Parts: sequence; structure tokens; C-alpha cells
Amino acid sequence: MTAEQIIFLLTGALVLGSGLMVVTVRNLLHAALWLVVSLFGVAILYAILQANFLAVVQVVVYIGAIAILFIFAVMLTRRELMEKGRQTRSNWWIPALLGLLILAGLVVLILSVPGVNHTAAAMPAGLDTVQALGTALVSPDAYVLPFEVASVLMLAALVGAVYVATAGKK
Amino acid sequence: MSVPLSWYLILAAALFCIGLYGVLSRKNAIAILLGVELMLNAVNVNLVSFWRYLDPAQMAGQAFAVIVFAVAAAEVAVGLALIISVYRRRKTVVADEIDLMKW
Repeated sequence: MTAEQIIFLLTGALVLGSGLMVVTVRNLLHAALWLVVSLFGVAILYAILQANFLAVVQVVVYIGAIAILFIFAVMLTRRELMEKGRQTRSNWWIPALLGLLILAGLVVLILSVPGVNHTAAAMPAGLDTVQALGTALVSPDAYVLPFEVASVLMLAALVGAVYVATAGKK
Repeated sequence: MSVPLSWYLILAAALFCIGLYGVLSRKNAIAILLGVELMLNAVNVNLVSFWRYLDPAQMAGQAFAVIVFAVAAAEVAVGLALIISVYRRRKTVVADEIDLMKW
């Protein structure tokens, strides 16, 4: 076992363990904080995969913005729900069974693909992935159109979110 | 890179299934969105590992992951705004009790 494999296994255990806490823990505020741990583990995975830009964006956008938004929403809506009753449906075992079945199916499917156990080749020499990603996102023969569509979507969604969140106020 | 591709794919599949379980089993609408976030992250892990293991010179995987980030942020912003708006009117965030459009 190499050091990289050990780091991967530890990070994977962190991601899956905190992911399980997100979906099972009763207190929603704790679930949101466990989500932060899980997202941070995914950022470590990006770093292992040498996707440097995405590792940073994962921390800044997911942990810095999305997780904080969740914590705000939990705090704005908590009160009655927190104390009384259970947080999961009474027939929670159906989703659990469904999840396990889908996982088993996916694992069988993944392992049956030829060549899936190969390890990655070394990065091509002189390839700066951050620069290559930046060029790809704005170059007309690559992904400038999806990139612009995503930014328009983002703007529309944020304007809509502000309107929806304040519309009910008298 | 001594970790086989299949490890990443299985990890992402497990994370996706955990998120799916959260989406289907939770009552609270905010907890359902938390599950959706886990599923989106699983997809992103898949995209980035395919980028790294197949052809790092092609940026398609990372570019797609960046767009998934943007869509996830938009989804969370609108989703939480809707939940807060519903909470202000109906005083509940339990998905079962928000049944105004159910007939």
C-alpha cells in the first residue's frame, strides 16, 4: 500500500462517515456542520486528483457559501421541528433498501467495465491545469457558451431567490 | 497516481446512495436539500476522476464540474429561498405538510 492509497482510504472514510451523519443525525444544525466536513473531504479528493482549482473552489463556494446558506436557513426555520417527533419517515427502510440495491448494482457495473482498475498515467509535462481550465472556459472553440449560460442562470437564480425570499413580507 | 479509478467510482457511488437515502427518508425540506448536495458532490467526484484518469489535457471534465458548481449554488439559493418563504406563510418546513398543490 502506498501513501497515496492510505490517504485516499482515510479521506474516503471521512467523506462517507460524515455523509452518513448528514442523513441520519437528528439535529439539523449538526447535519449542516457534518455536511461541511464531508465537502472538505471531497476537496481533499480533488487535491489528490491534482484538480487544484476545483479543490479551492470547493472550499470557497461549497463550504464558504452553500454550507453557510444552509446554516442560515436552519436557524431561520428551526423552532418546533427540532424538539418534537422523528426526523425521518416511518418507512425509512424502503429508501435504505433502495440505496443499498442501487449501490450494489453500481459496484457490480463499475467492476465489470474493462480497464477500470488501471491507475492514472503521470500528468503530461508542462501542463498547467489551472491555466488550461481558464483557457477552456473562455475560448470560443471550447466551453465559452456553457460558461456564459451558467453565469446567466446563476444571476437569474439569485435575483429570483431574493424576490421569493422577500415577497411574503408585509 | 497509485489509486485505481474504480476506487473513486465506488466512493462516488456510495456517496450518491447516501445522498439518495437522505433525500427519500428525511421529512424536513432543508434536510432533503442537504441530501441533494451530497448527490451533486458524488457526480463531481466522478467527473474529476474521469478527467484525471482518461485524458488530463482535455479539460471537459473540469469544465463540466465548474458548471455543476454553479448550478448547485443556484439550486441551493432558490431552494432555500422557497423554503424560507413557505415557512413564513405556513409555519412549517415538513415536506409532507406542504401539500397545497396536492389534490
